[in-house]
Amino acid sequence: MKELKVDPIKNGTVIDHIPAGRVQRVLAILKPRATDVVMMGMNFSSKAMKKKDIIKIEGRELTQNEVNSIALIAPAAKVSIIRDFTVAQKSRVEIPERIEGLVSCPNPKCITNAEPMMTIFNLVDSTKREVACQYCERVFTADEMIHI
Amino acid sequence: MKHLISMRDLSADKTLQLLKLAASLEKDPSQIDLSRRVMAAVFYEASTRTRMSFESAMKRLGGEVIGMVGTSGTSVEKGETLADTAKIIARYSDIIVMRHPLEGAARYVSEQVKIPVVNAGDGANQHPTQSLLDLYTILKAQGTLEGLKLALVGDLKYGRTVHSLAYALAPFKPEFHFVSPKSLGMPSHILSDLKKMDIQFKETTKLDKIVNNIDIMYVTRIQRERFPDREEYEKVKNAYIITADLLKNAKDNLKVMHPLPRVNEITTDVDTTKYAYYFDQAENGVYMRQAILATLLGEAK
Repeated sequence: MKELKVDPIKNGTVIDHIPAGRVQRVLAILKPRATDVVMMGMNFSSKAMKKKDIIKIEGRELTQNEVNSIALIAPAAKVSIIRDFTVAQKSRVEIPERIEGLVSCPNPKCITNAEPMMTIFNLVDSTKREVACQYCERVFTADEMIHI
Repeated sequence: MKHLISMRDLSADKTLQLLKLAASLEKDPSQIDLSRRVMAAVFYEASTRTRMSFESAMKRLGGEVIGMVGTSGTSVEKGETLADTAKIIARYSDIIVMRHPLEGAARYVSEQVKIPVVNAGDGANQHPTQSLLDLYTILKAQGTLEGLKLALVGDLKYGRTVHSLAYALAPFKPEFHFVSPKSLGMPSHILSDLKKMDIQFKETTKLDKIVNNIDIMYVTRIQRERFPDREEYEKVKNAYIITADLLKNAKDNLKVMHPLPRVNEITTDVDTTKYAYYFDQAENGVYMRQAILATLLGEAK
């Protein structure tokens, strides 16, 4: 019998295949509301990844923008939208051409860290997972990104 | 071209147009009339050369200049955002020339205002007017930009001008010699970009080995403020001192450039040799900035 480590949810979002140890960074982006029911699993065994993290959020469907921002730190993540206990929609995440307002610039001397403004990152290389800040022009790998 | 923020935005064609206009303005500045136009020089940090060069460029084309240097006594000190400051200055002027210690500041301002913005340096990021005046200087000195042998000397790790010069020259098939102490070498991401573009380069710590074989020597100051460790600075500060003696067997057409200010890296006995070109370089800044101002103000024919 398959072991159920986390309760199924009725409506909401499941993010599977998060690299082990990154679940908190993913949650930091998703910023659950105080009333959200969130289940967080760490170091589950996975055939493909050996170990993985998983998040289930009851009652909230992630937007495309939110899904995309996760791509920077969880490129293999699978996002499932659950409606009435069944998977209504399944998607993989991809680093978008342009990421607006979701992540802050790791460069402390970047103007985006000093002014009340939105950050913009443009995709440089999807296989290397590199993005460039539109303002300070520095190139960062996804791992270097600090999430707001 | 609406703004001049980064060399990355500038096509080779546009660069050549600016070089051509600078040359033409050097011969005959009267072809452009910027009277009744106001340039706002917005300098969040001190700069004498860049600011005065811009002011001279504007005034010699008949324009007017307003501005600020530093933030003391301004609304910035009262906590005004950069966007607000820029929007207000844009109501007073026709073009903004801005230097700011933070990277990306000029790009941000260009998105906030309806008038052209020129980046006169944003931290360690870009200083496109310096890159363009360097190109113009090299073109004037050698008659071409194609296939030149250049030595970039000094602090190649932190030196913004040498980084952007390397990119600016790349379309013209240069051969680079990167001469620096080991700890101040050209950053690896730039070297890998140059490799991708098929640009020939060599890295060395020894200037005397290559000095007789180059067309342009571009010298930069090793900046004390870049070093977290005083001892490290002391070790490398006098790594390269260019003297008239060092240049005695140089090629006839060699020109020595320096973005200035120099401290001791070029001795004054070089000034009177035919190789000294750094003061011409500073003067060329005026012509190039005239070309930039005229183009952005829509007056270039």
